[in-house]
Amino acid sequence: MQEFFQQLANGIAWGSIYALIALGYTMVYGILRLINFAHGDIYMVGAFAAYYLAGALGVGTVTHASPLLAAAVLLGSMVISAALGMLIELLAYRPVRRSSRITALITAIGVSLFLENAGILLFGADPKFFPQVIAPRNITLPGGVLVTNHQITVVLVSFCLMVGLTLFIQRTRTGKAMRAVAFHRDAASLMGIPVDRIITITFALGSALAAAAGFLVGLTNPKIEPLMGIMPGIKAFVAAVLGGIGSIPGAMIGGLLMGISEYMVVGYLSSTYRDAIAFVILIVVLLIKPAGLLGRNVAEKV
Amino acid sequence: MIRIPRVLLPLLVLLALIGTLTSCAKREAEIKVGEYGSLTGSTATFGISSKNGIELFVDNVNAQGGIGGKKIHVLVEDDQSKPEEAATAVNKLIAQDGVVAVLGEVASSRSLAAAPICQNAGVPMISPSSTNPKVTEIGDNIFRVCYIDPFQGMVIAKFAKNTQHFTKAAIFRDNKNDYSVGLANYFSEAFKGMGGTIVADEAYSEGDQDFKAQLTNIKGKKPEFIFVPGYYTEVGLIARQARELGLTVPMLGGDGWVSDRLLEIAQDALNGSYFVNHYWEKDPNPAVQSFVTNYKKRYNSTPDGLAALAYDAAGVLTHAMQELLQKDPKAFETLSGPPNADQKAARAQLKELIAATRDFPGVTGRISLDEHRNAVKPAVFLGIQNRAYTFVATVEP
Repeated sequence: MQEFFQQLANGIAWGSIYALIALGYTMVYGILRLINFAHGDIYMVGAFAAYYLAGALGVGTVTHASPLLAAAVLLGSMVISAALGMLIELLAYRPVRRSSRITALITAIGVSLFLENAGILLFGADPKFFPQVIAPRNITLPGGVLVTNHQITVVLVSFCLMVGLTLFIQRTRTGKAMRAVAFHRDAASLMGIPVDRIITITFALGSALAAAAGFLVGLTNPKIEPLMGIMPGIKAFVAAVLGGIGSIPGAMIGGLLMGISEYMVVGYLSSTYRDAIAFVILIVVLLIKPAGLLGRNVAEKV
Repeated sequence: MIRIPRVLLPLLVLLALIGTLTSCAKREAEIKVGEYGSLTGSTATFGISSKNGIELFVDNVNAQGGIGGKKIHVLVEDDQSKPEEAATAVNKLIAQDGVVAVLGEVASSRSLAAAPICQNAGVPMISPSSTNPKVTEIGDNIFRVCYIDPFQGMVIAKFAKNTQHFTKAAIFRDNKNDYSVGLANYFSEAFKGMGGTIVADEAYSEGDQDFKAQLTNIKGKKPEFIFVPGYYTEVGLIARQARELGLTVPMLGGDGWVSDRLLEIAQDALNGSYFVNHYWEKDPNPAVQSFVTNYKKRYNSTPDGLAALAYDAAGVLTHAMQELLQKDPKAFETLSGPPNADQKAARAQLKELIAATRDFPGVTGRISLDEHRNAVKPAVFLGIQNRAYTFVATVEP
């Protein structure tokens, strides 16, 4: 039983990261009906931004580790990625917004490949090792479950970011505008909502969350490389669809489910099925509930 | 149509003539040898160490006038740590650059991808450090200057059972990697043969970031040590995550651990662990010491076991070329020429001479190739204490 709880704890920490990435997919999809395939690579850029920031600030050697500096690194990488997200939206997606959805989709794939290869060129193809911006410590939870303070940080930071995001969307004027644009873009525009600005903000928010995920992964699994965004990107996308794409609580639940099931599969079946299981879950859920766990069935207007 | 002024025409012809003449002259003077390796990617230090080792040896030969007045020109291709790229790289080296011999790779998966191409083209290939037995089974053009995994697995099993008195082992292997799967099987057989038990056998895939699920299972089985026959990047991460889960038993590993980045990744997590290497940098043997000094002077780092093996692979190859020069100067002459039938015959002779290598004095020990084109050599056991390597023992075959 202790083993089960250990796997569960690790799965929750891992799933929080998927959830953070999935939020970006789901927000952009909700507003633009666009699957932003470059999102996983923004997560990679976030991890590298944090890596270089930590190096520049001198955080990393255990003696310099301090929570305050770590928070600065986290915020810095979120700002950099948010700027990158806005730039991508402006340069790549806005020009094709009035074209067919397949054009936008192919543009997204192009941006993704561009970021991956630019990453190889800029950062080098060999993996980098993330500095320990927070000194590692083991903590024993009741029941003999052993976790690190890094994993607890991951869960806490993701939880705070998700609560913050929910409050932002539900309680602020901009959040209300975002919901309006997601509901009906043209009607929102007629009501005087600056649609372009809202879309830009959505991209900035999603990218910042992906960067946070990148930083948190660097903390717990210190190997980062330019192609690290591909698999988590796909899994987070699956998580978003699983939870009901367009639904924010759905993305969180989907992410956690993905993380936990991955751990259970490796723990009780075999590590070979680790990546396959994501798609098995997706297929099963879509067969039973085509709109995802928390998605609403919307009749397509013809 | 572009009209060329009449005065210029003879000039152009002359230029073209000079061009062909000089390129011919250049080709005459040097012997092209290909090298493929992982200069980038997840095992980048493997490729870089090997490249440095080969460069050091070949530059030394060239500085002393080359072989029979011919310089050796090493053409290096990066395979990005990917087997499919290794095949592409070797195809290019043979078909486009016309190399007469190939040096590489470290990883057995990549050597296995490239070896059939060398075998079919009749180009001798010497792998410095691929230990999986299947590599040289590809054909009679494929050689290696290191020991093979059945020996390595047996040595580690003996060390665990007889020296450390461990009886309960866990294996954590890389399922995507020929080297890791092979070594895990040889170790498992040997260890069970000595009366030990394997309490857990878990797997991961190269490139994974997270190993905690498997390590949690391993912890539940309470092994006395974990055998991790993987490559340094994953080994470092595995060690750290194991300690984070409170799994503190020592780890044992093979030569895939050899990298100056291993301890940088693992930090303190590998203290108390052991692995097998091909040589020991503080070996008092003067040949080793002069190699280490020259290497340090040039690259500003200590040569690891893979650099030493690559140095020896280049040594075995140039030694065979020297023998060819003495035995059949005419055949030797064709090595720097175009890849025609004469050169093919010369390459076949070169292959026989490499196969006949006996007692070549390398920095990783005396190298003699057996009938399966494998080197028979001792293994060196190293331990890790306080983020530094210590010499434990040398095990003779």
